[in-house]
Order: sequence, then structure tokens, then C-alpha cells
Amino acid sequence: MLEKTGVPTPEQIKEVTPPEEILNSKPVVIVECFQKIPCDPCHTACPTGAILEFEDINDLPRVDWNKCTGCALCVAKCPGLAVFVVDMTYSDKEAIVKLPYEFLPVPQKGEIVECLNREGIVVSKGKVLHVFEPFKDGTKVISVAVPKELAMEVRHIRVVRNGGR
Amino acid sequence: MGWIGEHPILSFKHGRKVKFYVDGRECEGYEGEPIAAALHANGIKVYRRSVKLGRPRGFFCAVGKCSSCFMVVNGVPNVRVCITPLKEGMRIQTQTGKGEIR
Amino acid sequence: MKETEILVVGGGPAGLSASIEAARAGAKVLIIDDGLRLGGQLVKQTHKFFGSKEEYAGTRGFKIADLLLQELEEYKDRFEAITNTTVTGYYADDGVFGALTGEEKYFKVKPKKVVIATGAYEKTIPVPNCDLPGVYGAGAVQTLMNVYGVKPGEKALMVGAGNIGLIISYQLAQAGVKVQAVVEAMPKIGGYLVHASKIRRIGIPIYTSHTVKEIHGEDYVEGATIVQVDERWEFISGTEKYIEADLICLAVGLSPLIELLWQAGCKMRYIPELGGYVPVRNKEMRTSHPDFYVAGDAAAIEEASTAMIEGRIAGLCAAASLGYKLPDFEERFNKFWMQLEILRKGPVTEKIRQGLPRATVEGVQEYA
Repeated sequence: MLEKTGVPTPEQIKEVTPPEEILNSKPVVIVECFQKIPCDPCHTACPTGAILEFEDINDLPRVDWNKCTGCALCVAKCPGLAVFVVDMTYSDKEAIVKLPYEFLPVPQKGEIVECLNREGIVVSKGKVLHVFEPFKDGTKVISVAVPKELAMEVRHIRVVRNGGR
Repeated sequence: MGWIGEHPILSFKHGRKVKFYVDGRECEGYEGEPIAAALHANGIKVYRRSVKLGRPRGFFCAVGKCSSCFMVVNGVPNVRVCITPLKEGMRIQTQTGKGEIR
Repeated sequence: MKETEILVVGGGPAGLSASIEAARAGAKVLIIDDGLRLGGQLVKQTHKFFGSKEEYAGTRGFKIADLLLQELEEYKDRFEAITNTTVTGYYADDGVFGALTGEEKYFKVKPKKVVIATGAYEKTIPVPNCDLPGVYGAGAVQTLMNVYGVKPGEKALMVGAGNIGLIISYQLAQAGVKVQAVVEAMPKIGGYLVHASKIRRIGIPIYTSHTVKEIHGEDYVEGATIVQVDERWEFISGTEKYIEADLICLAVGLSPLIELLWQAGCKMRYIPELGGYVPVRNKEMRTSHPDFYVAGDAAAIEEASTAMIEGRIAGLCAAASLGYKLPDFEERFNKFWMQLEILRKGPVTEKIRQGLPRATVEGVQEYA
């Protein structure tokens, strides 16, 4: 359970995953925030109003899936690095995961990186499609192509060069 | 150990590089930064020996509160090296016991 | 002897905020801080803050220090800061403070009012060899690493999975230090779960219901034995694991730094939820001593975001008590309290909500 391990349970992930038809139609946000903490930057960063305004800043974020464009500004802004974007429409076999990244080295476009799950285990390799830093504050958003079935698993990447980090 | 070169979030602006001496050994550090930081970057972790049992003591709180990091600096004992800025040519000694005031 | 209208002891988030409000209202302010630069613990916070825009949410801590200093700069004609200086004592007979710059230059300060924003110090744990070099306060490691750019070790063990332990584990990894594990004696992670998830996905294990049994090493740390504990905090034998580490970071809690308040005879209460002994205060953040205000961790171990707001309240009210009361006093006072209430409303601040009523009095007459 999350409070013991730091890893959200499959049930918790299910709660924040959009309905199948949305997930398969466009890039869309997955907010993996399961604890009421006083925080609202995901909402203030959202340009389309998809992350709804907070009635109480301690509430969990709520998403209007129809409004989300998958722009990933919230991915870059979330202080807890708990927001991701998943795009299942990328290709037949692969999906795109957009995730926050604050380490060195920064991967380059086209680079093959290791993809890690929520427990820090390498589950696949992935190809970096895009690297951007929307707020120029050190948090990069990495778009990485991963096998479709791992789109809801991959949540971190590791750059491996010359056999080492 | 050593200085962090590149960092994903921070860029370190160090001052002038200066030489200083620890128990006679020549070391390099940045002027104006705490002596303790320079010692650590030079791989020196033991700063003094405790009064009764001679146990090794080093850095602990970094805010001048805990007395763990007392050293003899330019002949003055009980200097909190975690909050004392490094200067060129400082002579620093591992402190044993309570230190002697001359 | 130096004279000032308001002395602010401590130039961290609470002290800087108090200084801004007091100087804005028109008071002459002197900040004394023992660090080499102002900003307190903010200057080493590389993570983005929570809260709302008002508390600089989404902005990294060290940038917030810059923002506060910029704001203070607007009142530079009424404000002075002295760094690398420890306020060493208060002499109640004549209302004078002693202060020591570096280790040698001693001077006296006589203020009309004082805001104690001294923050906190890190606790330690009593295990064999806990005194070895390499066993450091987690905050101290953060200073070495994030302020002075020194790599504090190669392999680290973090003790404590509160926010500090979790955040600093992540920062160690960013600095290229391998974090072997985080151990937490409680059965649950104490810090924000998003911080925990963040370090899990980069490959750092978190062992809840585990503690350090023994630290190993001759002249400095070489490793530690961790062990699982049962619900009565007893070691479960056979569950020992050896963890190789040259750095052990203790993030096992903070205690308010309140010696000056004791010296002034302020009424104190022991409230574990707030970190130990804390001063009794009213809504103005005034203690039982008419000239002493308090803010931040010295008032109760809490977050930097609440420390900043408490600082503003203390500065605003200390200035008002000297007659510096702008027309927007009420409005600001109420706004700050509203912000505090919102930040303290959620489940993660339950302990604070339990403790604060016991530390707070409504009217001055209730201090006695």
C-alpha cells in the first residue's frame, strides 16, 4: 500500500486513469496524486481548464478529460512530480509517455533510454522523441515512446551511456 | 567527496580558489565558504577528538549549534568550522580535547 | 551598543517575512543571522514548494529566498542585516541582547521589540556509533551539497521518511550520490506520498517499520545494520540487513530553537505535536512577554510556507505595537490568517491542528 511503500496500488492508478475511449483517442493527463496536500499549481498551470479549479486547496485534483490536450505544462509544474501524460494514439505498438525529469545527463532526441516503473525497476527501453523545459526551471518534460502495454507502467527514464550513467 | 560539477537544478558560483593547510597538508578551497565544506571536498571528515574517549568528531549540524566541528584555526581552538568562512593561507589543526587558549 | 526598533533573530523564511512586513509598515528593522548569507534553510531547498500562488507554489525554495530578499530591498533605507552572527543571549534586566560575529567580535543590541525566528535544530538517534563522522543531520548534508556544491559522500543511508528525509534522498540522487535506502521506524511514510513515489521510481527502496540498529566504522562511517521493528518498537531478530554507506543522514525530526525565549521568561508549553517546548502565543504571534514575538519553526515545527505567513503576522503586529500601523493593517492581518487556515486544513496537518490550540491564547490576560 502506498503509505508503506511509496508505490500507488493498481486500484489507485485505475481511479486516475481516464475512460478507455478517451485514453485511446488523444494524449491525456494522468494525475497520480492520492493524498490531500495543500497544493494547486497543476490547476494554475493548465491552459485549457482541464484540471479543474480547487474548491479547497487541500482537495485532490479533478480532471475534465474532454478539455485536456496533453500539453504537459502540468507535468512540468507539479511540485510532487506526480503528473504524467499518456498518448496511446502514437502508433500500433507504441505509446508516448511524457514524464518529468530532473537529472543529468539530459537525454537527446532519438536516444534510447531505460524506462523504469513506479518501483524503480527497468521494464523496457524507450526512444526519446522530445525534450522540453516549459518553465526554464530545471524540470524537463521527456516524451518517450514505449511499448503500448507499458504506457501505464513507465514513469521514469534513465540515460545510460558507455555502459555507465 | 569533492565538488559537484554539473547539477540538474543548481549552478554553483564559487569565489576565489585559495590554498589552506590542515595539519600541515596543503588543501584547496573557495574563499568565503565554510571551512567545513572545503574540508569535506578535500576528503577530510575527522575534525577533532572528543575530550574523554578520544572519539572522532566531524561535521553534524552545519548551523553552528552542535559543537561537533570544533577545530583549531590559526591557533584559536573551538572554532565552529561549519560557519567560519575560509580565508587564504588558514592553518587548521585537528583539535584534541578542550583546546588551549593562549 | 546598537539600537533598533525591531530586532529579527534569524533571516530564514519567517525572519525575512517578518522584516518585510515590519519595514513596510515603517519600522526600523535589524536582522541578525548566524549563517553566512540570508535565506536560512530556503537557500538549499531545490524542490518546488506546495501551497498556492500566495506561498510561491511551484517555485523552488532557493528562488523564494531571492524573491523575499528582493521584496526587502524595497525598504532598504529602514533595514539592516548582519550575517555570520549568533545572538547569544538576552539580558532581561536591561532588555539587551548579546551577539557574536564569527567567533570573536561581540556586541550588544537594544531593540524595542524582537521577533524570534530562530528556526529549529535537528534531532539525532542514540545508536552505537551515532557520533561517527559521516553521520550528519540531513539538513546539514543539504547545506553542503546544495549551497556549497560539495558531494557529501558516495553511498548514503537516509534515516527518516518524513518530508525532509524524502526530499533530501531525491536531492542526493540529483547530486550523484547513490542512496542505498530510506529507513523509517514508523509503519507508514510520514512525508508527502508524492515525494515517496518520486524516490521509489528512481530506484530508492523505502523500508518502513525499520530502524538503524548499529552504525559501523572506525574513524568514519562505513555502513549500518538496519532492522525491522514490531509494533512495540522492539527489534525483530533475524531481520537485520547490512547497508554499505559512507554517509548516514538523520532526518528524524526537528526541535524548536527557543533558548532566547526561555531566557526572556516567556511562558512555554510542551506540545509534542509541535516539536517539543514551544512558546504560548496569541493571534499576533506575540508571546507572554510583551516585547517578544515568534514565528516559524521556533513557534512550532511546520512548513516553510506557514513560517513565511507567521513571519508576516509577527512583523506586522510588532510594528503596529510601536505605532506603525498602515490603513491596510486589518485587511493584511485577516488575509494572512486566512492563508494559514487554508494551509492547515488538510489531513497532512492534523498534528498541527491538534497542537496549535494548546499553544495559542486569545487574549493577553490568558498567558498567566
